[in-house]
Amino acid sequence: MSLTKDEVQHVAMLARLELSDKEVEKYTTQLNDILGYAQRLQALDTANVPPTAHVFPLQNVMRDDCVDPSMAREKILANAPDEEDGFFRVPKIV
Amino acid sequence: MNNETMQMERDFDFEIVMGLEVHVELHTKSKIFCGCTTEFGGDQNTHVCPVCLGLPGVLPVLNKQVVDYAMKAGLALNCEIAEFSKFDRKNYFYPDLPKAYQVSQYDLPIAKDGYLDIEVGGNPKRIGITRVHMEEDAGKLVHGGAANLAGAEYSMADYNRTGVPLIEIVSEPDIRSIEEAVAYLERLKAILEYTEVSDCKMEQGSLRCDANVSLRPWGQKEFGTKAELKNMNSFKALQRALEYEVERQAEILRDGGKILQETRMWDEAKGMTISLRSKEEAHDYRYFPEPDLVPLVISREWVDRVKATLPEMPHVRKERLVHTYGLPAYDAGIITGSKAMADYFDSACKAFGVDTPSGVEADDKAKERAKQISNYMMGELTRLLNASEFGYLNSPVTPENLVGLLQLLEAGTISTKIAKTVFEDMFATGKPAKAIVEEKGLVQISDEGAIASIVRDILTANPSVVADFKAGKEKAMGFLVGQAMKATKGKANPGLVNKLLKEELEKL
Repeated sequence: MSLTKDEVQHVAMLARLELSDKEVEKYTTQLNDILGYAQRLQALDTANVPPTAHVFPLQNVMRDDCVDPSMAREKILANAPDEEDGFFRVPKIV
Repeated sequence: MNNETMQMERDFDFEIVMGLEVHVELHTKSKIFCGCTTEFGGDQNTHVCPVCLGLPGVLPVLNKQVVDYAMKAGLALNCEIAEFSKFDRKNYFYPDLPKAYQVSQYDLPIAKDGYLDIEVGGNPKRIGITRVHMEEDAGKLVHGGAANLAGAEYSMADYNRTGVPLIEIVSEPDIRSIEEAVAYLERLKAILEYTEVSDCKMEQGSLRCDANVSLRPWGQKEFGTKAELKNMNSFKALQRALEYEVERQAEILRDGGKILQETRMWDEAKGMTISLRSKEEAHDYRYFPEPDLVPLVISREWVDRVKATLPEMPHVRKERLVHTYGLPAYDAGIITGSKAMADYFDSACKAFGVDTPSGVEADDKAKERAKQISNYMMGELTRLLNASEFGYLNSPVTPENLVGLLQLLEAGTISTKIAKTVFEDMFATGKPAKAIVEEKGLVQISDEGAIASIVRDILTANPSVVADFKAGKEKAMGFLVGQAMKATKGKANPGLVNKLLKEELEKL
């Protein structure tokens, strides 16, 4: 399996990353190296191994349905790049 | 091909294929992964914390009530409950999603392979339920400088709704007409109301419906290309949006065009669906198992515990009303179509002393009383409720007060006609019937002597009508009864008026 430049472009677009042609070249090589290394796992026989849902041997971690106080709005908005009238203000979407 | 299908084929040149995706907010006190309240409204960004905002270093913890509710809904929809279930991240960028991913369930939903039975035009049909999965809701956006997204210069985000628990219920593409789509949503809403996992308020967005719509030529096996419709926030909107979309697609296909696979938004004001984005460029969600949450292992004991909390479902309740009280299937269907209305009926039966255990057939008197209750609910009460801001849950006329009115009718204290006026007063004031009847002096006149005297006066005053009657004009009788009712302001017992009129006329 080998990653194409188009696929790298697509993944970059999904992550909202703008890459130069040179960067696409570089990351295609690097990502293919990583995938190639991971490819070694394919040699293992996993026919009888269930897919891993989580790396910890834990299950059913839950809490009761109780309301806790929320955080003060000033604190919530303190790190917002922009705010207006208690809202997070965000740039034009479309 | 059955007759019904042939009929539809003649009516419309394409077969409609639809599936619905319904999002339902669960009625928990706190959010799915944190302790923030789920209360509707509230000042913007006052029901938020680092967990639901997805700030670095936080750890979500699953609300157990969400799992119980999702399971309960799944069971009510005849689904299999998974023995092993997990959460996944659905990745996309949008300002209503502060983490840039939504915690949802991808390949191992909590419930799958269920069904729901509907009825359209007297024909029963089973619609498959593909899956029911748990996920978190997103926030709300207000668009600055414009009424909608398209013209907005900027937007403002309120994250109070972020992290409110949802279940998404996905149907199979089994729906073949707009009537079936509406019937499916009505039935689904009723079932969810019965289970009490959600308040199902479409106007507050706690029940939201998307539809996948495609057309194909009759007889073709493959599905046509579908469009996904969003933003239908009422039954009326669903109906109108589907009508519009089906016609839009039919026109394109008739002209030999191709349907684009895309998401379209229903615009209520314009009465049309509008393309949001083309599916091919947009969505690649890159789901992966949510590393911050551990899987769920669901024992049969747990499922049985939740199963034990399921109430009597609408169709069972409908059958009970038909069997026990002899109500027509149509009436029983309307009454049990909403849990609030069905509960109202049961409370009224209890107040009238005719509540009857399931499986037992009530006696004729009890059936008559139940029928009276049903008639008032289906007629006057529903009419007044629909014209007001009230519903069956908070009706100004309580079940007990309705029965109070029916008791006055049964005892002959008031006439049917007066009862209608009294009922309107009861609705407006919330007072019991007896108080209104006493206050306004509306007690029916059942004193034979008093009515006989009025009847004689009327006969004396209308010699020509009497002559008409004697000449065989039956209609004259109606006029005379009307005069007697008018003279008593509608309070005379109509049965007595009729009887005494006949007697007096014979004497002449």
